[in-house]
Amino acid sequence: MSELVKDKSLVIPGEALFEGMDYLPGPGTYRNDKKIVSKYLGVAEFKNNRLVRVIPLKGKYIPRENDFVIGYISRVSHAIWQVDLNSPYEGILPLSEGTEEFIDLNEKSLEDFYDIDDTIVVKIKKVTQTKDVQLTMKDRRAKKLIGGRIIEISHTKVPRLIGKSGTMVGTIKDKTGCVIIVGQNGRVWLKGNNEELAVRAIKKVEAEAHTSGLTDKITHWLDEESKKVK
Amino acid sequence: MMKINKSVIINSIQKGIRLDGRKLEEFRDIEIIPNYINKNPEGCALVKIGKTKVLVGVKMGVGKPYQDSPDEGVLMTGAELSPIAAPEFESGPPREAAIELARVVDRGIRESKMINTKALCIKEREAVWLVFLDIQILDYDGNLFDAAALGAVVALMNTKIPTYDLKTEKIDFEKYSGKLELNEVPISITARKISGKIVFDPNAEEEELVDSRLTFAFKENGNICAMQKGGSEPITKDEILDLMKKSSDQSKIIRKKLKNIKIDK
Amino acid sequence: MAKGLDIKLIKNGKRLDGRDMEEMRPLKMELGVLDRADGSAAIELGETKVIAAVYGPTKLHPQHRQQPKKAVLSVRYQMLPFSTTDRCRPGPNRRSIEIGLVIKKALEPIIFLEEFPRADIQIEIEVIQANASTRVTGLTAASLALADAGIPMKGLISACAVGKIQDKLILDVAGAEDSYGGADFPIAMINGGDEITLLQLDGDLNQKEMKPALDLAQKGCKILFDQQKNVLKNTYKVGDQK
Repeated sequence: MSELVKDKSLVIPGEALFEGMDYLPGPGTYRNDKKIVSKYLGVAEFKNNRLVRVIPLKGKYIPRENDFVIGYISRVSHAIWQVDLNSPYEGILPLSEGTEEFIDLNEKSLEDFYDIDDTIVVKIKKVTQTKDVQLTMKDRRAKKLIGGRIIEISHTKVPRLIGKSGTMVGTIKDKTGCVIIVGQNGRVWLKGNNEELAVRAIKKVEAEAHTSGLTDKITHWLDEESKKVK
Repeated sequence: MMKINKSVIINSIQKGIRLDGRKLEEFRDIEIIPNYINKNPEGCALVKIGKTKVLVGVKMGVGKPYQDSPDEGVLMTGAELSPIAAPEFESGPPREAAIELARVVDRGIRESKMINTKALCIKEREAVWLVFLDIQILDYDGNLFDAAALGAVVALMNTKIPTYDLKTEKIDFEKYSGKLELNEVPISITARKISGKIVFDPNAEEEELVDSRLTFAFKENGNICAMQKGGSEPITKDEILDLMKKSSDQSKIIRKKLKNIKIDK
Repeated sequence: MAKGLDIKLIKNGKRLDGRDMEEMRPLKMELGVLDRADGSAAIELGETKVIAAVYGPTKLHPQHRQQPKKAVLSVRYQMLPFSTTDRCRPGPNRRSIEIGLVIKKALEPIIFLEEFPRADIQIEIEVIQANASTRVTGLTAASLALADAGIPMKGLISACAVGKIQDKLILDVAGAEDSYGGADFPIAMINGGDEITLLQLDGDLNQKEMKPALDLAQKGCKILFDQQKNVLKNTYKVGDQK
């Protein structure tokens, strides 16, 4: 009954993390007989004396119900929008979930609402076993994005970018004056007068996501960079 | 591409500073590694322009000359845009884009008379050296034309010729009889137009927005020996003169860089 | 495999390139060598050099190839035209298609394909320079590239070739041993252990040689596996260490 690797250490696929039955295999791990083994190249975490999990360093975003993601319209057909989610799985936004209002197709076409290559913040309503993904815009946080720009980071770094109760992204917003929306799928929308600096800050968070005290470091860095500009 | 990002890129080009901080005419870092592999190919170079990586290799063979040039060796150029370099590239026989790339690189080398083809004659009408130049794209982030042309030139510059026995008709690849004789070093530069502005060395995202492109191959004396217009927008006469001047300046920068690296082992 | 040629492949107790019977050529592994691919790795084994890249999971086209309950793995193995002594024609041929297939079958048992229904995981292997053992080196590199891409796996695959020269078993066939040796026995194992996921043989082995040949392959796979672990643990930084 013992931990075979240290908490927060880098592990590789097939590496045994724990021997014994008093821990549960969490996400990113599997049980092989008495051992809990990593599925990924990633960081092992032992949670509350109960659970071992591995946070992968890289990988594609796989849609989860209730996530807010940033997507763009890849196809418009008779009564649905197809949405690219930066994922192997496209989302389907049916006409009935597109807006709160009633759409009379005799009066308007789907493109009048969301056209090809338009970008939206959208909520994942349902994900089936075969990964059919149904989306909805019927939420106050869902909207079409106008202006600004989108950058992509690894979705595994999204929790770090948001920070504990939003402190990290809050800091970047405050110091750059940008509006920032972070999609769980790793797409980040930002808009403001200092987008350049905000982009650099976000890339810095992504690159240094594994270090501790990052919020303080980014705050300091943003102060220094803002001085340079002036 | 998302409309949002398309307009961000175009706005940045209109302002004269690209998203990665470069000026419109500025190239990314160019890294040239001659003899990247050196056992099996007779000549080889890996060229990196930013994240774009192109590997070029030369293999020598022996065959019959063409009837209209019975005492000259033959250059054959091929290019592969295989899916290791980008998911949108497809495997299988080369398609339009790969064929155009190979032919534009080939034309710059051929028309500059870079290779002394007469020196490749083994026996008139019977046997000449064949120079197989193969271009393999490993990592795609825009500007394949300039990366492939540069890789081809450097690979030819370090090409050695094996030994051939006319009686047994066998090539001894272990024993070299000399270097490939060169007369000239052509440098190809491709200028692009994106929403009215002249841009050099686009990355993959910028490349998607290119309206037209014009490739020049320059000889050492500055003369132009090959050109190719691509893209679906027209270019005006005045623009061509402007593109020529700017491309010529770029070719000098690359020529200087080439002078400062050790091409041979 | 050419036979009956009287070429001495052992001189003064050493192989032609100076190696001992159970010695591997110098080995170098690198992770994340390409930017565009989701994961990539390069391996040099003596003069053999291979790059493997992984794209995926991605949406699988055409739709009729999709599997409702798991991802489809596709493997393309290719030798560059200038990778061999005599130029080889670019594009697929019967040999490269068969090798792609056996490599795919060697990797399928370790990937949690069921986590990505309907998707595609695409592996691209380019042999940059060939001096024997290209399929096993390509497979070892592909396994690293999969880990680099963040694909969930039960473990790693390591693969090497055992050969036979003048009735002695040798590890890591190369050069003339490939053309004139008595056997070429490529083998892949999970985590350097005793589960075998790729096995081919051409040549001539007597039944008594089977066990020692398998043991020797395992010795080779362990060497490769140790180096795979090293490169995976040392390429990316985690925590605050500098």
